[in-house]
Amino acid sequence: MFFTISVYLALIIFGAGVLYKIFTWFRSSITIGAAGIPFSKRVLSFLSGILATLFSAKFFTLVKVFILDVILNRRILKEDLLRWFMHMCIYGGFILLVLMHALGRYTSAAFFDNYYSTINPFFFLRDLFGVLVLVGVAIALYRRFIAKIPRLMTRRMDLYAIFIVVVIVCSGILLEGTKMASYTVYEQMVADYTVFDPEEAMALEAYWVQEFGVVSPTAQGPFDAATIAQGRELNNMTCAECHSRSQWAFSGYGVARIIRPLVSGLDKMNVHGLLWNIHIFACLIGLAYLPFSKMFHIVASPLSLLANAVMEPKASNPATIATRQMMELDACTHCGTCTVRCSVGAALEEIPNINILPSEKIASIKALASGRKLAKAELKAIQEGVYLCTNCYRCTVVCPVGINLQDLWFNVREVLLQRGMPELSLLSPLSFYRGLMKEEMGHKGYRKPLIKTRKAITETGGVQKRGDQVLPLPQRDREFKGRLSLSAQASTFSVCFGCQTCTNACPVVAHYDNPQKDLGMLPHQIMHACALGLRSLAFGSTMLWDCLTCYQCQEQCPQGVCVTDVLYELKNFSVEQVGTLTAQRMRIG
Amino acid sequence: MKPLALFLGCTIPARLTQYESAARAVLDRLDVRAIDIKAFNCCGYPLRNINFEAFVLLSARNLALAERKGLDIMALCQCCFGTLKKAHTLLKEDESLRKEINAVLAKERLRYEGGVEVRHLLQVLYHEVGIKTIKKHIARRFEGLQVAAHYGCHVLRPSPIVQFDNPVSPSLLDELVGVTGAVSVPWQRRLECCGAPLRGVNDDLSIALTRKKLEDAHGAGAAYLCVACPYCQIQFDTVQGGSKNHLLPSLLYPQLLGLSMGINTKALGLEEHQVPIEGIEVFLAQGNRRRGARPPEDRGEEHRGGARRKSA
Repeated sequence: MFFTISVYLALIIFGAGVLYKIFTWFRSSITIGAAGIPFSKRVLSFLSGILATLFSAKFFTLVKVFILDVILNRRILKEDLLRWFMHMCIYGGFILLVLMHALGRYTSAAFFDNYYSTINPFFFLRDLFGVLVLVGVAIALYRRFIAKIPRLMTRRMDLYAIFIVVVIVCSGILLEGTKMASYTVYEQMVADYTVFDPEEAMALEAYWVQEFGVVSPTAQGPFDAATIAQGRELNNMTCAECHSRSQWAFSGYGVARIIRPLVSGLDKMNVHGLLWNIHIFACLIGLAYLPFSKMFHIVASPLSLLANAVMEPKASNPATIATRQMMELDACTHCGTCTVRCSVGAALEEIPNINILPSEKIASIKALASGRKLAKAELKAIQEGVYLCTNCYRCTVVCPVGINLQDLWFNVREVLLQRGMPELSLLSPLSFYRGLMKEEMGHKGYRKPLIKTRKAITETGGVQKRGDQVLPLPQRDREFKGRLSLSAQASTFSVCFGCQTCTNACPVVAHYDNPQKDLGMLPHQIMHACALGLRSLAFGSTMLWDCLTCYQCQEQCPQGVCVTDVLYELKNFSVEQVGTLTAQRMRIG
Repeated sequence: MKPLALFLGCTIPARLTQYESAARAVLDRLDVRAIDIKAFNCCGYPLRNINFEAFVLLSARNLALAERKGLDIMALCQCCFGTLKKAHTLLKEDESLRKEINAVLAKERLRYEGGVEVRHLLQVLYHEVGIKTIKKHIARRFEGLQVAAHYGCHVLRPSPIVQFDNPVSPSLLDELVGVTGAVSVPWQRRLECCGAPLRGVNDDLSIALTRKKLEDAHGAGAAYLCVACPYCQIQFDTVQGGSKNHLLPSLLYPQLLGLSMGINTKALGLEEHQVPIEGIEVFLAQGNRRRGARPPEDRGEEHRGGARRKSA
């Protein structure tokens, strides 16, 4: 009764969880364009998209992707053979266990008249599948804890996933082993299925002790050949129909052998009963919690693979794309492939923001998409992490579940930038891609983040674009000079004698009729400001951020001042300064 | 010739795959072996504005990966080239910086000792393959084609670091263009920036600078621009791509060379550009046309470069 209730309860939680997750796919969004689309329209466009695909030539693409990518994990194989083997072991072994063993009553029994879990091939296969899962888990543990793959992060959900699988499989194997060795279980079976006289019972027992690993308190052998022969005959008459020899279940039999000295004690304590409970409840907990754990990727990842195989970026309905992106967040298995292959991931060592790593961005974006209120500092960190990306598409190419990560980053980036927090990375070549996407973005906010960021810099610098106004006497910072020494070249400003060659060589300066009005301080003036320790003047110039880094100034300087390198360094400082200031304001505000 | 580690960077695989395929096709013909190192990451260039250490670290990681394999690096991108060169010099000269960076790299069991030479594709073609050898592979020369060679800032400057060619009057690319039979025309703004570094940062300025260059090269009589950097190529291509009146289609040097070597247009990715460049085939000498080249009527009407040149 308790068992039945538990099973139904687990099933109800599982079902409700799956429905809730699917509901969130249609409810939430992380795209600017999709914010206003009603739930019903999202569902309709999704369903019509599915129908249109099923009745088109794309159907064959779906079949192909299903076989190659979903079943055979082709995308993992392309990336890493060991990981492919690992995943095939865990997922193949587990799925087969579920189908053959857990649901045996409905599946195996339906196909095979003589299905008993204790008879071959089922008896052997159950162990084989279980051991496959354990081999896979061992590789997973090796990858996460011994191989020390750089930047591969392990989160609690990864440990939970490994833990629940280990508990289920190990409790199963231990249960099998203790039952094999248990005399109580043996006695119970004999009582239920045989009517033997004492001599026959003795013979059968001797046979089972010798051949099946049962540990009897009385019969311990060695037994004479005649008894064994009689036992074998009795076994063939009554037991063999449902029992293959224990050795076939090699892992369980191994356990039975190992625990031999302890069996009578374990038997008295009814340990196999306890293990049965652990096994069953671990399965039920695993089932109930599945929609809320990373194991939900069993449902979402195939959908992501299939959807991305047939959805074309330009031809797809924005409502469907928004739904797909929400689904993709659930499809992520946190396997870390994207992070390991990320073009800028290694920068984490110098810019300690975990959101640089694609696999970790996903977790933050999940929080963002759920609508939970995040602290400003958290949002800022996500924004910076999402922007520190060269848009190289590698993550998207390698993702084993086919998530279009690049699109995801782009959408999230815009959503965050539109909130108006300054992002100094915007003023770097990282913006090249955003610049190229200007036309396609199709929303008016393109300039807003750029303006906000420039403004934030002006606020720290103070003298940008003031033209001919009378300036307050800027403060000298004597240490400032000394700080400009990240690279040996940067301290060369001190030999500048103000000849203006750099300014005259600058194509940006040459572009403007009145360069000082548009750019503020010009290159030679910035060098001079550095030499004087006038940091606000050095930082305050638009010139700094409109520098092409074409090195014309530096190349032509007669004094060997590394003008471009100094400008680079000033920008680095400005980034740091604005970052600190923004962080301070966030704490106050 | 010793094999080289091919450094593609981020932009080429994502947005300019034809550069990679054309370069590989040409290198293959010239027996230059390009080795791929899968673990290469961003060269560090886009982070230079933001964080000095992060830029050096990213560069150093690439250099260390190449050094571990005992390979020199061949970059296709001016900005990757300049950045890797810069980092290499910094690490070689500044011992404390090298120690600091190597301490971080040690987490991945990597370290950089300064033993990698960074080269650009153009340098490999010019110095290591050599004009003479390339000449032997030319199957059909361009005739009457005037090209504006655009070097790209970060191979030329800062010259003490990059040591590519004479920074004030370089000739390496001009000579490479010359091998194909095309004429490299002199133009005033040839050493200036293409404008790409400010794309997305200050678009008006960026595009204005690009247009100035295009007008200048066009005025000097060029029918095509020839570049060897993904940023420059994308910039020239997309700035003109939207409008109907393309001043000057731009193509990548390995595409130009590949055409005259008789490599098929598909491998060279001629159709991948926004501003069509297939019209350039009209200039190929008819006499020694190889099989596989497309007949003239198939090329469509994209001979703007050629047509304009005649009217000029």
